[in-house]
Amino acid sequence: MAETPARLALLRRHPLLWPVVALVALLAINVVANPGFLSLRMQDGHLYGNLVDIARNGAPVLLVALGMTLVIATRGIDLSVGAVAAISGAVACVYIAGAPDGGSVGTAIVACSLALATCVALGLWNGFLVSVLGIQPIIATLVLMTAGRGLAMLVTDGQITTVNNSTFAGLGVGFVATLPIAILVALGVFALTALVVRRTALGMLIEAVGINPEASRLAGVRARTIIWTVYVFAALCAGLAGLMIAGNTSAADANNAGLWIELDAILAVVIGGTSLAGGRFSLAGTLVGALFIQTLATTIPNLGIPAQTNYLFKAVVVILVCLLQSPRVRHALRVRRRTLPMTAKAGVA
Amino acid sequence: MSAATTTPSGTTGPTTWERLRGWSPPSQYLPVIATAVVFVSLFGAGGVRYEGFATPEVALNLLVDNAFLIVLAVGMTFVILTGGIDLSVGSVVALSTMIAARTLEAGWAPGLAVAAVLLTGTVLGLLMGLVIHYFDIQPFIATLAGMFLARGLCYLIGVESIPIRDETFFSVAAASVPLPGGYSTTPTALVALGTVVVAAWVLHRTRFGRTVYAIGGSQSSALLMGLRVASTKVGVYAISGFCASLAGLLFSLYMLSGYSLHAVGMELDAIAAVVIGGTLLTGGRGLVVGSLLGVLVLGTIQTFISFDGTLSSWWTKITIGVLLLLFVVVQRLITRRQP
Repeated sequence: MAETPARLALLRRHPLLWPVVALVALLAINVVANPGFLSLRMQDGHLYGNLVDIARNGAPVLLVALGMTLVIATRGIDLSVGAVAAISGAVACVYIAGAPDGGSVGTAIVACSLALATCVALGLWNGFLVSVLGIQPIIATLVLMTAGRGLAMLVTDGQITTVNNSTFAGLGVGFVATLPIAILVALGVFALTALVVRRTALGMLIEAVGINPEASRLAGVRARTIIWTVYVFAALCAGLAGLMIAGNTSAADANNAGLWIELDAILAVVIGGTSLAGGRFSLAGTLVGALFIQTLATTIPNLGIPAQTNYLFKAVVVILVCLLQSPRVRHALRVRRRTLPMTAKAGVA
Repeated sequence: MSAATTTPSGTTGPTTWERLRGWSPPSQYLPVIATAVVFVSLFGAGGVRYEGFATPEVALNLLVDNAFLIVLAVGMTFVILTGGIDLSVGSVVALSTMIAARTLEAGWAPGLAVAAVLLTGTVLGLLMGLVIHYFDIQPFIATLAGMFLARGLCYLIGVESIPIRDETFFSVAAASVPLPGGYSTTPTALVALGTVVVAAWVLHRTRFGRTVYAIGGSQSSALLMGLRVASTKVGVYAISGFCASLAGLLFSLYMLSGYSLHAVGMELDAIAAVVIGGTLLTGGRGLVVGSLLGVLVLGTIQTFISFDGTLSSWWTKITIGVLLLLFVVVQRLITRRQP
């Protein structure tokens, strides 16, 4: 008897409640505007539909946001992920374009490995600047953000390098077992990250470093190694996202691949309830946040609003999320809830 | 003489060295001097390598071509001095060009259009400052929202590029101010230099300016000292917004059009210029003159590459990144030595 209200209260205090509510509300708006929005259909053994599109187009942002979550949890930020994604795509495409058998599976695998290895090196570089030299994360990664696109253009020689390799393209547009490969890869990385972070002490250590680097160092946590690791992981995720973006178009566009993806990723992390001040993080929240951003981008044309106004809606979302997370507003809401217990629901809504 | 005899070694070599070591410019000027050295050596290197590089015309063109960036960097300096950051400036520049173009197209008087642009930028900055201070939201994320908002408003005004055909704007854009020696410059360059002078005066000769430095040093200390933290913190974002819209006006004079894709990524250039100019991103240290020099360094790199002709444009980005890195690392070493 008494269990149900307690569980409800628990649910109401669950940190993921509001992001999920927002996502569901957005989907509901879509359904109202277009009743067939949620329908899925099978065609040639592939699953199609708006939901699949959202998940597939959101996969790069989700990947980048996963890495960003861990970086933000250590009280850092990685602005260079968009540039890293561009470099990754550029390296892979240039390798495939220059390989003797440009269409083979082996070439694609080598190209992807090469690209990811490059990203690891870039992540090591970022991590070195932040953890060893102790430079502020925002400025340390700004260096690579500025120089990175230049480096990507250096790799592609300023051209948009197009490739013809079905395995490589599959990363962006291919299907395995009715689902797009991009979704499976993103979810795979998500599951793996969640497993490693939440089933070992790593997650707790990352949070400890984010809450108080000095105290955690004194407590015997290797803060430097952990910070270094998360930047490498973020670059690796960004590289994978870059390969997806390049595979999607079968081309490396050094200028536009992954442009502003760092901002979308940060937005996804913030929507998911991870504080930019470091400490506690939520991977599931990031997943919801990334899906929310992609759903928003899909919603606007679906409602018949010009797609360019997407920015305006994003701004509104950022402002709302920030205000809801701000201690002052939370405090005001809490006071109101206490004084007006009967109208609490109306107040929060 | 007495200084020479008191040293234990007795030789003059170490004394000069020690005197040189003993004399150091006030530490606050060191980064700016470093930037000035970089600028002069880059310019000198260009003069040695390319004919016609180290001429007053090229130097004046640096000012003319980067007038908007100078104004932008000045506004950014205020924000960074308080330990904040403003990512919205690039979008505000684009929004300003759009507003100017659209209002002029609608037949507004040029003065009215200019006022509308400056008001919009200042109000946007003010709003961001209020959100940052009163809701305790990180500047990074609040100005990110401002960036999206301004870019979105651009698209709301129009997605196509709008040409500016107003006669007053045309005549100002084409005007040249004669300088002694037969050279000339443009009004936009003078506006940029004027902004630098005014900003330097505000930062060093007013209570507001001293409070800016105090907040950057330590906000809680400034608060405990009874300084007006709230109004100053909100004020710097309003100033940055104002500077961004002024830069937008200069940019629309430069391009003679309004376009929502103008100035994409320009906030990064502004931040890079401020950092290269020796301002600490943690706040509290830095000079407006440094930001001016930072912009000139960026401009020189671009001129370098266009003079060379064989270097591709992406070397600009790589060089800026490398310079940024150098300055950040050196700054880090300096601050580590003086905790």
